Amino acid sequence: MTVTASKSATPAVQDGVTFSIDGIETTVPKGTLVIRAAEQLGIQIPRFCDHPLLAPAGACRQCLVEVWAPGRDGNLAKMPKPQASCTLTATPGMEVRTQRTSAEADKAQHGVMELLLINHPLDCPVCDKGGECPLQNQAMSNGRGSTRFVDIKRTFPKPIAVSTQILLDRERCILCQRCTRFSREIAGDPFIDLQKRGAMQQIGRFDAEILGFDDTAPEPVLLGTEIPVGPAEIDEDGEAFASYFSGNTVQICPVGALTSAAYRFRARPFDLVSTPGVSEHDSNGSAIRVDHRRGVVLRRLSGEDAEVNEEWISDKDRFGFAWQSAADRITSPLVREDGELRPASWAEALEVAAHGLEQASGVGVLPGGRVTLEDAYAYGKFARLALGTNDVDHRARPHSAEESDFLAHAVAGTGLGVTFTDLEHAPAVLLAGLEAEEEAGVLYLRLRKAATKGRTRVLAVAPFASRGLERMNGTLIAAAPGTEPEVLDAITKGKLSEPNEQLSAEGAVILVGERLAAVPGALSAVLRLADRTGARLAWVPRRAGERGAVDAGVLPGLLPGGRPVADPAARVDVAAAWEVEHLPAEPGRDLDGIIAAAASGDLGALVVGGVDLRDLADPAAARAALDAVGFLVSLEVRSSEVTERADVVLPVAPPVEKPGTFVSWEGRRRPFPQALTSTAMPDHRVLDALADELGVTLGTRTMAAVHAELDALGSWDGSRIGAPAVSAGPAPAIDAGQAVLATWHLLLDTGRLQDGEPFLAGTAKRPVARASAATAAGIGLTAGQPVEVSTDAGAIVLPLVIDDLPDHVIWLPTAAPGCQVRDTLHAVAGDVVRIAAATTGEVTA
Amino acid sequence: MSPTPTLTPVLSERWDADRSWTLSSYEAHGGYRGLRKALSMDAGDLVTTVKDSGLRGRGGAGFPTGLKWSFLPAPDGGPRYLVVNADESEPGTCKDIPLMMADPQVLVEGVAITSYAIGCHHAFIYLRGEVVHVYRRLLQAVEEAYAQGYLGKDILGSGYDLDVTVHAGAGAYICGEETALLDSLEGRRGQPRLKPPFPAVAGLYARPTVVNNVESIASVPGIVLGGSDWFREMGTDKSPGHGIFSLSGHVARPGQYEAPFGITMRELLEMAGGVREGHELKFWTPGGSSTPIFTAEHLDVPLTYDDVSAAGSMLGTRALQVFDETVSVVKAVSRWIQFYKHESCGKCTPCREGTFWLAQVLGRLEAGQGDPGDIELLLDLCDNILGKAFCALGDGATSPVTSAVQYFREEFEAGMHSAADELFPPERSSLFAYTPRRTSGRLAGVHA
Repeated sequence: MTVTASKSATPAVQDGVTFSIDGIETTVPKGTLVIRAAEQLGIQIPRFCDHPLLAPAGACRQCLVEVWAPGRDGNLAKMPKPQASCTLTATPGMEVRTQRTSAEADKAQHGVMELLLINHPLDCPVCDKGGECPLQNQAMSNGRGSTRFVDIKRTFPKPIAVSTQILLDRERCILCQRCTRFSREIAGDPFIDLQKRGAMQQIGRFDAEILGFDDTAPEPVLLGTEIPVGPAEIDEDGEAFASYFSGNTVQICPVGALTSAAYRFRARPFDLVSTPGVSEHDSNGSAIRVDHRRGVVLRRLSGEDAEVNEEWISDKDRFGFAWQSAADRITSPLVREDGELRPASWAEALEVAAHGLEQASGVGVLPGGRVTLEDAYAYGKFARLALGTNDVDHRARPHSAEESDFLAHAVAGTGLGVTFTDLEHAPAVLLAGLEAEEEAGVLYLRLRKAATKGRTRVLAVAPFASRGLERMNGTLIAAAPGTEPEVLDAITKGKLSEPNEQLSAEGAVILVGERLAAVPGALSAVLRLADRTGARLAWVPRRAGERGAVDAGVLPGLLPGGRPVADPAARVDVAAAWEVEHLPAEPGRDLDGIIAAAASGDLGALVVGGVDLRDLADPAAARAALDAVGFLVSLEVRSSEVTERADVVLPVAPPVEKPGTFVSWEGRRRPFPQALTSTAMPDHRVLDALADELGVTLGTRTMAAVHAELDALGSWDGSRIGAPAVSAGPAPAIDAGQAVLATWHLLLDTGRLQDGEPFLAGTAKRPVARASAATAAGIGLTAGQPVEVSTDAGAIVLPLVIDDLPDHVIWLPTAAPGCQVRDTLHAVAGDVVRIAAATTGEVTA
Repeated sequence: MSPTPTLTPVLSERWDADRSWTLSSYEAHGGYRGLRKALSMDAGDLVTTVKDSGLRGRGGAGFPTGLKWSFLPAPDGGPRYLVVNADESEPGTCKDIPLMMADPQVLVEGVAITSYAIGCHHAFIYLRGEVVHVYRRLLQAVEEAYAQGYLGKDILGSGYDLDVTVHAGAGAYICGEETALLDSLEGRRGQPRLKPPFPAVAGLYARPTVVNNVESIASVPGIVLGGSDWFREMGTDKSPGHGIFSLSGHVARPGQYEAPFGITMRELLEMAGGVREGHELKFWTPGGSSTPIFTAEHLDVPLTYDDVSAAGSMLGTRALQVFDETVSVVKAVSRWIQFYKHESCGKCTPCREGTFWLAQVLGRLEAGQGDPGDIELLLDLCDNILGKAFCALGDGATSPVTSAVQYFREEFEAGMHSAADELFPPERSSLFAYTPRRTSGRLAGVHA
């Protein structure tokens, strides 16, 4: 090799391998596959089984190329067989000839393509994939014009319903194994697998006929695991197939073998208009693609963003979009007259709303956690400027003053912090009060990738090791609800020394979930732990809008950019930007305080955004407060419990009908354009109009104006609020027949953003209660029997699963069909509840 | 059996002994002397001895056995495995199964010596699932060897420990492919793995693994006792030693003929009493159905890896199937392709779909319903499979087709108008009373 000092602008590739493809010399990092190197040169080699995020398989043989490589004697020699470029690593001096320059490679590819098609049905005109099908496209580009196959094709009965959402047409399958590899490598969910062999090989379920097994298929094992609500195929584990990520297999299927029930036979790809988007379902900011036709969204696909969601999204991201066009959409402003809501013009509605707000003695603002950054900013500014109050809180969930301080201290306006990529390189990641798979699906996928392919150890402070944690090879640091501060504080050299050592390593990360907000002292302990170990910290809320709202200052003690309300300098800063004399200085109430003040009459009016009252710690109290409050303005997409009580309802646009920005848990701004043409207005514009009516110029009419203000404000460089130092609450006394409640949201539950999608709902996990064997025995129950969990407010009955929880702890899903913990029990995690054998014998599941 | 001078019964020497499969019989015939000698030797010297002997893999590919052993990376303290490939399933191949039936102890001794040589403490014998009688016999042999201290802890007081597991597969031809075998042995679906990594680096349970054929391993005790020079006295320079040649089909005395490499088919046929009375040789396979067929013109090709290869075929497993003039080559090839279609694992497109298609084309040629262009189609299909498949199964499936068309093209052309059973009445080729199955001849797709 000649070593010459090159002044080339392109940096030399470390450990580079120089070789050529079709005569074009290229240098790639060691270990690069030929097919990837060809892509970089713009040379398209046809392929099916190859996928950049899956391990090479070499199964379809479509990507064969002619290869010459230097032998031991240094002379270039042709490899006797064409090589699969998806499994072949580039080596120095190799000469690759693709179909563009090699007749042999071209013939090989044509041959494989013809063979792939002999058993493939010619049903492209009715196939969902037709028009965007890699098989169809590559058959045109690298296949014969006509077939020589005049014989009999193999056929299968069609289709198999893998789950209520995923359908499999086996005769279309070309056995590339992308779906089985995705399930095994990426999601970690047991899937249906290959069975039989030769041309009869197929993706299928466990078949009792094979090897003369009993002819009755095994019944799904109902308990001890997680099984879906709807019917599903039996997977490799002999249980009903359940996965939150199965929609990805539809997208990566290179033919129309896997289709989704929601989209099947609905549209032709060439009739669809695609708009990039960002998922509104969690705080990951996953890139999606919204496909719509004549103003109707027909499907969503994963977008590609290597830094964020790679190419994967959860099924909720993919299939949960029907809510935006549900029948209960509010299409025009409504005004209450004689106790009834009636349609009104915008002018009238805004006037009535402004009048009511002006008359009220104090107004609280509750925007909800699903707002975009722009909308959040407008709510915060509206409260301060138009209403002169700091009574604004976006947190529509259990929260605390400690959390407010935590967010002000460690989160607000901190910009891009820990990233997905950082997680992949972290030696250890501690999940503190966070169920990654349930609360942030794509985050789970990335953590699993880090844990299975890298050296990342995943630790979790939780009451039990969930299936998600097990599939990340995670380690449980068991903590009963309420004891998290104690457990976090025990991660020291002396006590929990191994986690302490892991978290002390360079690059370790602590991810905090929203449920720690309800545990006194937990967030204080998290900050102490981060301080002690040097681990980096990130807050992972469930809702898409929460981080943006924190940054935009939609909290009683925070102004935009992390500026504390209590800091006069910060107030002056913002007041100057907003061109006002001063901002309200007295600290505001948080959501619970606002609800209480509305109930007591201290607040005369409320402005409520997208808040589902069932999400609040005490929905009944919230309902009573909304009933009692003098004047209620609702900004809503769809009719809700708030609408029912509102005096004025102002319709706003769902994400698909407006442009906006979500700020992901990383602190990454994720802007998205408007997908559908719509007359619906985003919240920030409605608030601007409402402020106008109040005689205040809010200046949030356009996105550009909001962005200009956000940019001008920037982040706060003054002193931040000190770390909260709340001490843990006393351990509750547990009597016989009582238990401490553990609970969190499952990914698929009764949330309103999943409405209108029955196929998706069928893939949700069946609600169960979980407790230890001893706890169960204490109330005379064994696995599978119904347990009644009750408080003075109400009772929930679910089948009991025995799990490795601490004794005297019972776990319930927060909001599952038949299990509304907050609504029915008025309880949150850490509360003491009664448990007993269900007397009714009725199992809700 | 009175040995003819040209035969070299080494492995088959004890087959006619009374209860030859028992340990006592094996010991009475000098068994386990090789192991005693090996345990007194340095493991590295054993590898060198086998390397020097020139022993080439008896499973078909003929890769030098000692060289294969030396590919194992240096010991790292973790386990290393020996896996014996006893998944003999190639049509026509029938050497390992009789060997294990008649003399399982020589295999066990070979396993013990090889394991010692490569530093393995747990060896596996992966047996074809259908041969339950061999499975029982192997289990019995291993049990006897354990009882006598030839296996287990501190073998013969040497301090060397070895466990042997006999595993029966579920009856899949693909599991004779070494990486598919390893997957199957691990409890997975038997499909070939991506290479690299090769088994020597990451084989069974991702640990360094040697996979050898039964006959290769069974040849090791003899080499250890007799020395590499003794072994090299037999055979040719590049294909030394003794090997079992399995003659089957239309010969007077079919069976196993253990002879030095380099013997010719003419010599073997003579010993086997020639083609059956009143008939003449039409074609034969040198190494099972995956090797291109030969005709009478190849009778004098020395049966060594290189000479057979130079003559356009492969020595393979020395499964010499003899077909006389009563046999329709179209029908024979059609049967073979049916086998490959049935046994293709389905992983890669060329083999899975190619054999499926070949079977249908051959089916209609056999039925006399071929279309013009079918021969070109067959050859082009073979070209699209050969060298494009994931493993050698697909390549092997094309051999009988292309070679048969090469030598007997006119028979395929006859398939455009005449059924094979009319041109070559099956009762004439049968050695026994034969009632042909009356089928239409046309295959009903995969349901045939």
